[in-house]
Amino acid sequence: MSEPPASAPVAPVPSTPAPRRMPAPLARAINVSLVPLISIALALVVGAVIILLSSLAVEPPGIDWGLPLTAYAALLQGSLGSEKAIVTTLVEASPLIFTGLAVGVGFKAGLFNIGANGQLLWGGFAAAMVGAAVADQPAILAIPLAVGAGMLAGAAWGFIPGALKAYTGAHEVVTTIMLNAIAVITISGLVNDIFKAPGYTFARTADVGNAALPNVFVPGLNLGVLFAFAALPIIYWLVWRSTIGFEIRTVGANPSAAAYAGMSPRRIIVITMALCGLLAGMAGVLEILGVVGSYPAIFGTNLGFDGITVALLGRAHPVGILFASLLLGGMRAGAPLMQIQADIPVEIIDVIQAVILFFLAADRMVRHVFRVRAVGAAPEELQTITRSYGGKAAV
Amino acid sequence: MRPSGQGVEAGRGSMTETLAAPALEMRGITKRYPGVVANDRIDLEVRPGEIHALLGENGAGKSTLMNILYGLARPDEGEILLDDQAVRIADPADAIARGIGMVHQHFMLVPVLSVTDNILLGDETMANRVFIDQKEARRRIVDLGKRFGFEIDPDAAVGSLSVGWQQRVEILKALYREARILVLDEPTAVLTPQETVEIFGVLRRLAAEGHSIIFISHKLYEVLEIADRITVIRRGRVVGTRLPAETDESDLAELMVGREVQLTVDRGESAPGQAVVRVEDLRVRDDRGHETVRGVSFELRAGEILGIAGVAGNGQDELVEAITGLRKPTGGRVTLDAEDIARLSVRRRRERGIGYIPGDRQRFGLVLGFPVDDNLVLATYYRPPYASGPVRNERAVVESAREAIERYDIRTPSAEVPAGTLSGGNQQKVIVAREFSGEKRVLVLDQPTRGLDVGSIEFIHKQTIQKRDAGTAILLVSAELDEILELADRIMVMYRGELVAEFDGRTAVKEDVGLVMATGVRPSEHAEASA
Repeated sequence: MSEPPASAPVAPVPSTPAPRRMPAPLARAINVSLVPLISIALALVVGAVIILLSSLAVEPPGIDWGLPLTAYAALLQGSLGSEKAIVTTLVEASPLIFTGLAVGVGFKAGLFNIGANGQLLWGGFAAAMVGAAVADQPAILAIPLAVGAGMLAGAAWGFIPGALKAYTGAHEVVTTIMLNAIAVITISGLVNDIFKAPGYTFARTADVGNAALPNVFVPGLNLGVLFAFAALPIIYWLVWRSTIGFEIRTVGANPSAAAYAGMSPRRIIVITMALCGLLAGMAGVLEILGVVGSYPAIFGTNLGFDGITVALLGRAHPVGILFASLLLGGMRAGAPLMQIQADIPVEIIDVIQAVILFFLAADRMVRHVFRVRAVGAAPEELQTITRSYGGKAAV
Repeated sequence: MRPSGQGVEAGRGSMTETLAAPALEMRGITKRYPGVVANDRIDLEVRPGEIHALLGENGAGKSTLMNILYGLARPDEGEILLDDQAVRIADPADAIARGIGMVHQHFMLVPVLSVTDNILLGDETMANRVFIDQKEARRRIVDLGKRFGFEIDPDAAVGSLSVGWQQRVEILKALYREARILVLDEPTAVLTPQETVEIFGVLRRLAAEGHSIIFISHKLYEVLEIADRITVIRRGRVVGTRLPAETDESDLAELMVGREVQLTVDRGESAPGQAVVRVEDLRVRDDRGHETVRGVSFELRAGEILGIAGVAGNGQDELVEAITGLRKPTGGRVTLDAEDIARLSVRRRRERGIGYIPGDRQRFGLVLGFPVDDNLVLATYYRPPYASGPVRNERAVVESAREAIERYDIRTPSAEVPAGTLSGGNQQKVIVAREFSGEKRVLVLDQPTRGLDVGSIEFIHKQTIQKRDAGTAILLVSAELDEILELADRIMVMYRGELVAEFDGRTAVKEDVGLVMATGVRPSEHAEASA
């Protein structure tokens, strides 16, 4: 019954006579994960080369062939080698899960949310402010209030580019980048000036007290980790099983068809961006209420941008985002031990992460070199990015 | 300019030429894809100066065969001979070098570049090692155009050209590369009747100069008009080769589909009831702000098919969009069962019983990446039984999809495959299944059978008549006059944003309606034209 491609410009790769039968969803999942896995492997190779080269710079000069292995072994040990290592990995991964979702859900609606960082900052700031205000209340009251405030603030910061896109056509890539800068400067001004807590050498907000996320099960594992792991199935259900998710995916795949079928693409764009903002805001909540305890004057973070890597690596799917977050979080957790044992600066992690992103973006090149056949169209997230940069006119 | 070789004096249809050695022979071509034999021992022979039509339903294997010829796919068995020499065509560049040119149905042009730049792309005529010889290229292009009967502006941006002219640029692209065998994949699917006549003129001159043309189509009357020989393919096999003189439309249709086909549906008597839709003095602007619907009024009754005829671009798109809710009118009223719906959203209108088959099925009608079952509930996904509250009920979606696939004879491996993998006819059946099911007061059909094969057309026409007989009010908008004459009980002609004439669907003469479409003036009964 299946017909040959009617007018496909490029014919499928000649196939082997009888392909092994695999359950279609599993085969698809494997195919979809291949490019990310190859990208990670390639990035580790590139990282190893850089580590080798770096050994030339130390005294006595000479290539230490065992160094990459030592470094990666330390990385592994630092991320998974002990209970404390695993806890650190989970704590590092949790905000990445949220920012990864904040970017990934946007991809599903055809939106490229580069503004997760700004949304995260507002989420963290609002959580810090409300947390400080309710610091003396019982935790059962203080935590929901502070967390709620962070979610709302993030959602509000995501709502703005959503509304701008829906009602003026302003592109979210441009507006979210601008809103990131606005968030950094505004919040920094507020903390340094109006909301500066008395009695500290460095400008910061007051302590969040009882609003701080308590540890659960084991020392260091704060409640935020549970929030992150709970968010994954919730978002999965929302995007793949609910009617609103159906609308989000339809608008992302074909906005004209969505309008034709009676959906409101504008409404969906606003809702999706607000949802993305909410998720990114939660990452800020986790950082402030779970780790820092107050909002410092300079809260330098790249978690929002790392979310882009996570979403791409995880193919904008909650399961993929989980693994991608654990990988990136694990590398962050293990880096200090690597620095101690192999004398490799932690910044090598950023290099590896950047190289992963590089190969992910070069999807077609990687597929070509490694003979990975594409199933169906390019992944939505890549289509979204291509469209965002004028590759193919958005409808 | 170098001559394109081939000193053969080929005249169209002249029988003496049948003895000329074939320019192209494909022998026993077999191509298997998983689960399907796309080409099964196909033989095809094309002579110099011949227009050879390749006829078949969507998915019959025409495109696969041409992809093999053009080096886009490799045959599992069989051989290709060019001028009696066996060749292996490695890739499209190889095919071009061997004098094979392909004009795809969807043009491969860069809209912002000029005609010259588009033609040169990939085969630059160099003045020296660094610079392109624009002057020489332009001269060759203009000469080529003149030789085949049209004058082309080599500096015009391709995006500013009409579809008909863009197609000529595609043909020029092939000729510039000295193609002797030209493959045209459904060249008329995107053209107006007038443009079709013009392009046929070009093709005949090409053939007269000795070029061989493979003309892929599933429009029977066109094939009969243009082709010297017709090869019919069904399910990957050649089922017959005919000369136009010894065949006719129903013979070809039967060969193509494999059973007798009713080329015209038995429409029976209509029994129009109350007016369901009233459009009064409707005014609509297009995206650029031009008023393209200028004071349109009509009534649409239950149980009738009202055909709106007109050359494409006379405001039909905007009229349809204003009725279905995709576009807000700037003035006038649209009432459905006495309720003014001109300001209602698409969803509210759908809930009041409006179904809509859009003209551009891949842009509006389907989400190609979504499975068939999701496409079938694209407009009703939020309602029971497909959802309760925000929770989708996938089981109900799959179940109703199974029913629809069965009832509307949608040929698909399963309900879960992406809609984009289906053939055009089956994609349209998905849309028909969705829009025709449920309680429908009104159906708006915009070019419902454009580009479909005869089997699918027959099916959709029958369904339309059934709906009419069940009391649905049907508005049929089409640039294809034949379809309107075949189905409509009443015909109105839209010209420059106004309805300028009305005809009785049973007595209307094609030429009369065509004249009003072209001129906006009804020849004899001018006085009562504005009904």
